[in-house]
Amino acid sequence: MSFDLIIPIIITLVGASTPILIAALGELVAEKSGVLNLGVEGMMLIGAVVAVAVMLTTGNHYLAIICAAGASACSALIFGFLTLSLSANQVATGLALTILGTGFSALFGQPYTGQAVPLLRSPFAPELAQHEVLRIFFGYSPLVYFSLIMVVAVWWFLQRTRWGLILRAVGESDHSAHSIGYSVLGVRYLAVAFGGAMAGIAGSCFPFILTPQWVERLTSGRGWIALALVVFAAWKPFRLLAGAYLFGLIATMELYAKAAGGNFRILPSELWAALPYLATILVLVLISMRRQGSTSAPACLGRPFVPSN
Amino acid sequence: MTVKNARAMISRRTALKIGGAAAALPLIGSRAFAQQDTVKAAFVLIGTPDDNGWNYGHDQGRIDMLAALGEDRVETTVVTNVPEGPDSERVFRELAQQGNDIIFGTSFGYGDSMLKVAPMFPDTKFEWCTGYATAPNLSIYNARFHEGRAVLGTIAGMMSETGIGAYIGSFPIPEVFMGANAFHIAARKKNPDFVTKVVYVDSWFDPAKEADAARALIDQGVDVITQHTDGPAALQVAEERGIIGGFGQGADMSAFAPEAHLTSIIDKWGPYYIHAVESVLDGTWEESSSWEGLAAGEVVIGPYNPKIPEDVVAEAERVRLGIIDGSIHPFAGPIVDTNGNVWAEEGDIIDDGEFWADSAWYAEGMEA
Repeated sequence: MSFDLIIPIIITLVGASTPILIAALGELVAEKSGVLNLGVEGMMLIGAVVAVAVMLTTGNHYLAIICAAGASACSALIFGFLTLSLSANQVATGLALTILGTGFSALFGQPYTGQAVPLLRSPFAPELAQHEVLRIFFGYSPLVYFSLIMVVAVWWFLQRTRWGLILRAVGESDHSAHSIGYSVLGVRYLAVAFGGAMAGIAGSCFPFILTPQWVERLTSGRGWIALALVVFAAWKPFRLLAGAYLFGLIATMELYAKAAGGNFRILPSELWAALPYLATILVLVLISMRRQGSTSAPACLGRPFVPSN
Repeated sequence: MTVKNARAMISRRTALKIGGAAAALPLIGSRAFAQQDTVKAAFVLIGTPDDNGWNYGHDQGRIDMLAALGEDRVETTVVTNVPEGPDSERVFRELAQQGNDIIFGTSFGYGDSMLKVAPMFPDTKFEWCTGYATAPNLSIYNARFHEGRAVLGTIAGMMSETGIGAYIGSFPIPEVFMGANAFHIAARKKNPDFVTKVVYVDSWFDPAKEADAARALIDQGVDVITQHTDGPAALQVAEERGIIGGFGQGADMSAFAPEAHLTSIIDKWGPYYIHAVESVLDGTWEESSSWEGLAAGEVVIGPYNPKIPEDVVAEAERVRLGIIDGSIHPFAGPIVDTNGNVWAEEGDIIDDGEFWADSAWYAEGMEA
């Protein structure tokens, strides 16, 4: 393994990190409003299958991504109706959403298995996108640039806008927000729908960036990593970006080190595979060792809100 | 699930175990060769039949079996997406309770569960694919995939320009060691400096990771990829990157990579499934261990890509036919491993069974 591998490694790791980053950003907003949606994996699968279906029918990547976002947002709204309007348990309902998404995508995707899907390639001219060095900036799918813009957008929205403040207030103290006249459930519905839409776009990354096909359980557990990442990042968008790329780096280095053979196979492959999860546990331990009150989990996370008059 | 329910389930389970054992005792002799008019056969799959690979192959075998024996005589059940490990025990137990006469577990990792469940249901026949241990009502069956890998290795050795090939494996298990070694040894016969990089993705099914493994390998000089996982993800990366190519595993995958798909190893389980279910029908089923390859048609080499030069196709065919008539053996010496141990001298072969029993090594020139 040598230094000329740095650029290919970066390109691969950015691809591997992007779906996790997009899904985690959506989940971060939902959790900031106080809703814990464990259905990310299911929503990603719905997004992935809808993206493939629309792509193979219309041939338009962007339409496919919009439809994927819409379909996953709809599935998130089912979750929202059950947990927000009917106050169902969020953990159980989220798990049910994952099971629903897995099953729905398998059923709906049957006609589309066995077909190759065109990749969504870099929007820049080939001189930039395939340039030896410059491809590190220009060689990515538009979904990658979208994910980076969304990191800034989510941070700006949460920290710099009035709406972001309201959303955080709803997540930190739902009754206070309610008593000064904000619609807690309305805000949460919107946040959950946004989380769903982002999970759908994350799902579309699988056929459009990583492996251009549809097959059942295509996401193979990436949704769970996205969920872990939100906690890992302590609900902060830029930390989320760093965390997603760290996860991607570990996953990518595992494969590059194995492919290099020889001395680069420092760790047994099982340990490589466990590293992202070990890192999450480590960060959780570090966070919980800090003073109480400094954890950034939204205070109302996972708690149903029943408006009282 | 409440505690009450859990208790109820345990007691029901225990009752069945006791009941099953008691009922079986007086019948062991008399039932063994009973003929049957109809058979209920169940198939446990690790993925789904539309993976275009391993699971697809087994399901095609089931369909061939149904066509040969008739749907009026055989009723089949397919359980998909059953994870390997302890959870599969429940599936095998339920299938046996539902009265299936023969249950096929089509993945290596079902073994512990099948070995545990089989003694509880002595009247049910169990068939463990790629397994290594039998019981009075548990047979194992496998295919000599490594024979096909030797044909692929021949093509790789002749066509690779960088002289570096790759073998993307699932887990380090005997079947994968044998396949990787057969590929590499055959390639080295054509190119004595050939290097095979072996990368495990620690999964039978994670398309995104398989694709990233292919990227990592191609970035490090690999120009021929073969994979021992269940889908076309690596082939699609080969197509995208424009390397010399790769091979379909389990089924023809040329639809995914028209340029890169050189040929494929196709699994044909039909002949074995027909034999196994038929022997339940006529009451001749017995504990056995089946391991057929190219000669019996269980392993088939798919069509060659027209871009492969004629002399390469001729050589690949020579190896394929030689393995069928026995004049060529995939593990013909001299074979030395990466640590310098000699496994076969010039003129000797490593018998497939011996290799299987002691498989955890790589031939000289492999990197893992």
